[in-house]
Amino acid sequence: MSETTHDATVALGTGVSPEEGLTAAGLAARYGLTVSGARPSLAEYVRQLWDRRHFILAFSRAKLTAQYSQAKLGQLWQVATPLLNAAVYFFIFGMILKANRGLDHDVYIPFLVTGVFVFTFTQSSVMAGVRAISGNLGLVRALHFPRASLPISFALQQLQQLLYSMIVLFAVAAAFGSYPDLSWLLIVPVLVLQFLFNTGLALIFARAGSRTPDLAQLMPFVMRTWMYASGVMFSIPIFLADKPQWLANVLQLNPAAIYMDLMRFALIEGYGSENLPDHAWAVAGGWAALIALGGFVYFWKAEERYGRG
Amino acid sequence: MAEQHEERIPTVIADELHIVYRVHGAKTGKGSATAALSRILKRGEERGVRKVHAVKGVSFVAYRGEAIGLIGSNGSGKSTLLRAIAGLLPAESGRVYTNGQPSLLGVNAALMNDLTGERNVILGGLAMGMSREQIKERYQGIVDFSGINEKGDFITLPMRTYSSGMAARLRFSIAAAKDHDVLMIDEALATGDRKFQIRSEERIRELRKQAGTVFLVSHSNKSIRDTCDRVLWLERGELRLDGPTEEVLKEYEKFTGK
Repeated sequence: MSETTHDATVALGTGVSPEEGLTAAGLAARYGLTVSGARPSLAEYVRQLWDRRHFILAFSRAKLTAQYSQAKLGQLWQVATPLLNAAVYFFIFGMILKANRGLDHDVYIPFLVTGVFVFTFTQSSVMAGVRAISGNLGLVRALHFPRASLPISFALQQLQQLLYSMIVLFAVAAAFGSYPDLSWLLIVPVLVLQFLFNTGLALIFARAGSRTPDLAQLMPFVMRTWMYASGVMFSIPIFLADKPQWLANVLQLNPAAIYMDLMRFALIEGYGSENLPDHAWAVAGGWAALIALGGFVYFWKAEERYGRG
Repeated sequence: MAEQHEERIPTVIADELHIVYRVHGAKTGKGSATAALSRILKRGEERGVRKVHAVKGVSFVAYRGEAIGLIGSNGSGKSTLLRAIAGLLPAESGRVYTNGQPSLLGVNAALMNDLTGERNVILGGLAMGMSREQIKERYQGIVDFSGINEKGDFITLPMRTYSSGMAARLRFSIAAAKDHDVLMIDEALATGDRKFQIRSEERIRELRKQAGTVFLVSHSNKSIRDTCDRVLWLERGELRLDGPTEEVLKEYEKFTGK
């Protein structure tokens, strides 16, 4: 191709290869070239994501570490932050407002702290999800990786954050007379199910937030409403005793309330199965499967469009 | 032609490629809340969004073994075109066909200033798709190449403590550690001090040899002359000339009045 005039460009511009007389698509097919940036099949996508598992984990841990790297106390804040949180809630709701209506004091404090930590896990996963793509456009436009790595990585970061909070939670539970026993093993399945649910939400909001970054401003209000409706600081059946039964049922079956209640059931000595709605485990599993699978497919459907400004 | 001693195998085919950016909140000069509200209330197509047509109908075929330079004034669409070839920016219309996965040389976006250089080497490597074993194998090479540790044990300090030159050297060293089929370099040559520049130019020549096809965006006509045998000249998103380096550069220099 020694022609350097406009003609050479124009000849190419019609999509015809100069030597073969083939169209661009034909030439591509002949040499096995594929469309750049096309969306892979769902199975292929899962495989690519699996290949990137080390990146997903490393990225989430890096984010977690970077969070407190400028503080003098450094990583100690991983535990100190939830501890201070728990202290504030204990002071306001336990000592001043005495919102423990119908619950023993020894049950109420761990009840409250569990609620706050478990809900924060979902809340921060959603908020991180909204910004997962829209806040990392530089990364999305510079490197190649399945985009789902980002929301999954952010959800994983929140899980690790929660694991630090669990240290505080165990201490609070023990301080109020709930000692480690076999039922504490149930914490593991609860965490797994809630993590799946949160990852699904993060994926859904990552796609929504990539199209509408305004969600970052709107979601805090939605999340706060959700928090008050899920019984973080009060027991739903006791508080809504004089309201219609269906209302309490609906609130109790919402995923945030289910995961909180199951965690309390596993952890707290005086919080028995009579506080759980019927089929609590099945509902918890159902929410996790529905949101995780649905969210994943929903996110994958727009894979080739992330990164557009 | 095809049966000459070496068959020309296409690695990248761009076919009538158009790229359009959508910029939110840039429709009017007014950025006040009331202006934004009135934009929302005024019904119309894509309120408050301004379109920037960055690449307009570019077509070309790149072959294995070619080193292609992209030139043009600032904002002519060079970097955008590279990102589109890499499949990182979705095309408005038209297509790019590639052999394997083209990659941009650069990991800046994946690195975190609050982490140590050591962890950034690992994170950057993973972000580029290297395996843990590959990174372990090349770790020492990356650190030695960057020369970060020449003046003390800096690799275990957070990157925010580095001078801008040191950070740029580490970033280049990480990015250049991976082999690529189709490699794209966006003005990466001008980093660090003179000594490091020579070393990085050498490394780019090495990468060129391993890679099937190389794209280089640069404003330095000298580095284009040194590395490329073919040049695409973009102006206002359109492909103005496509041909051997000397001929296109002669036209370009005439155009820029040099």
